[in-house]
Amino acid sequence: MEKTVNQKAWFLILPVLVLVAFSAVIPLMTVVNYSVQDTFGSNKFFWVGLEWFSDILSSDRMWDALGRQITFSTIILAIEVPMGVFVALNMPKKGFWASVCLVLMSLPLLIPWNVVGTIWQVFARVDIGLLGYSLDKLGVSYNYTQDSFAAWATVIVMDVWHWTSLVALLAYAGLQSIPDAYYQAAKIDQASRWKVFRFIELPKIMGVLMIAILLRFMDSFMIYTEPFVVTGGGPGNSTTFLSIDLVKMALGQFDLGPAAAFSIMYYLVILLVSWVFYTVMVNLQKRDGA
Amino acid sequence: MAWMAWTLPTAIFFVIIAFTLITFTILAIKYPETPRIGVLRIETTRGDRLFITLLGSAFINLAWLGLVSASQPYALIVCLIYAAAVFRWV
Repeated sequence: MEKTVNQKAWFLILPVLVLVAFSAVIPLMTVVNYSVQDTFGSNKFFWVGLEWFSDILSSDRMWDALGRQITFSTIILAIEVPMGVFVALNMPKKGFWASVCLVLMSLPLLIPWNVVGTIWQVFARVDIGLLGYSLDKLGVSYNYTQDSFAAWATVIVMDVWHWTSLVALLAYAGLQSIPDAYYQAAKIDQASRWKVFRFIELPKIMGVLMIAILLRFMDSFMIYTEPFVVTGGGPGNSTTFLSIDLVKMALGQFDLGPAAAFSIMYYLVILLVSWVFYTVMVNLQKRDGA
Repeated sequence: MAWMAWTLPTAIFFVIIAFTLITFTILAIKYPETPRIGVLRIETTRGDRLFITLLGSAFINLAWLGLVSASQPYALIVCLIYAAAVFRWV
């Protein structure tokens, strides 16, 4: 039987729509307006057409930042997703230790970004930081203010420390929702641990895992505060990700036009990738439901 | 509204977008439809196809600007062909 659809319920989202209009739609329209004009301040604008878009499209600076951004997102996803699933698989299912694990896992998620940045900035310093000092004493050449590899390693390890638990918690919630009957059936068939994971657990947590990947992708693609606090985008430009570059352009150099063109392209890329993820996710759920 | 730095072309751009959204809303109310599966092997409604068209058109315009040195309005012709293809086959 078909369910009755009451489209009047859409009116209930009107307040949210107004809020989003003020917080996102109107600013976005302003950005579009800025992107085709030049300004020297005092709210005077001059029409330049698509010049800023051409400039940005042909600037190595943007492509380099985009390359670094994609590399960063790919690396952290490749580490955080398998690690999160692995942690979730090994967490106790119930009892006292399950609660302890859940609390411990949530702790990094509760720390504000700038504090995470500051923690790691100090932690990794060679003179006073525990990590930097220990590595130095062990004879490892590590200085994130001078060496790009060390800077990258620090930023990636920091992100993994901060966000792996999000993936783990989501995967854990997915695992908890698998009925026991599946495991019992697997036991009767004498399925190996790998096969239980491959044919029961993985398909069942695919939905939440896609949400985790989507969230982690979007967050890492927009990352600003943590690397900014730790490395300030350096050494040189080696950890200057898209948002750091964008802020430098918009607020540091006050190039509002190019920055607006830059942010529109940035937004389009995020929109595209999010749409792909979302479509895959919805279609996976439909296929599972069918 | 002065702080939003409006220009005539951007205003026309947003009016067209708003008009398209309103048209599609009215269409959705007057002629409800069932989703279909096209070449992308995903279920799409008219709204989805509009979204794919708009997003794709943005990238077509950027690609045209970055790679082809011909005048920008010609990119719109490519977008129209793309839109027709999306609505027909996706």
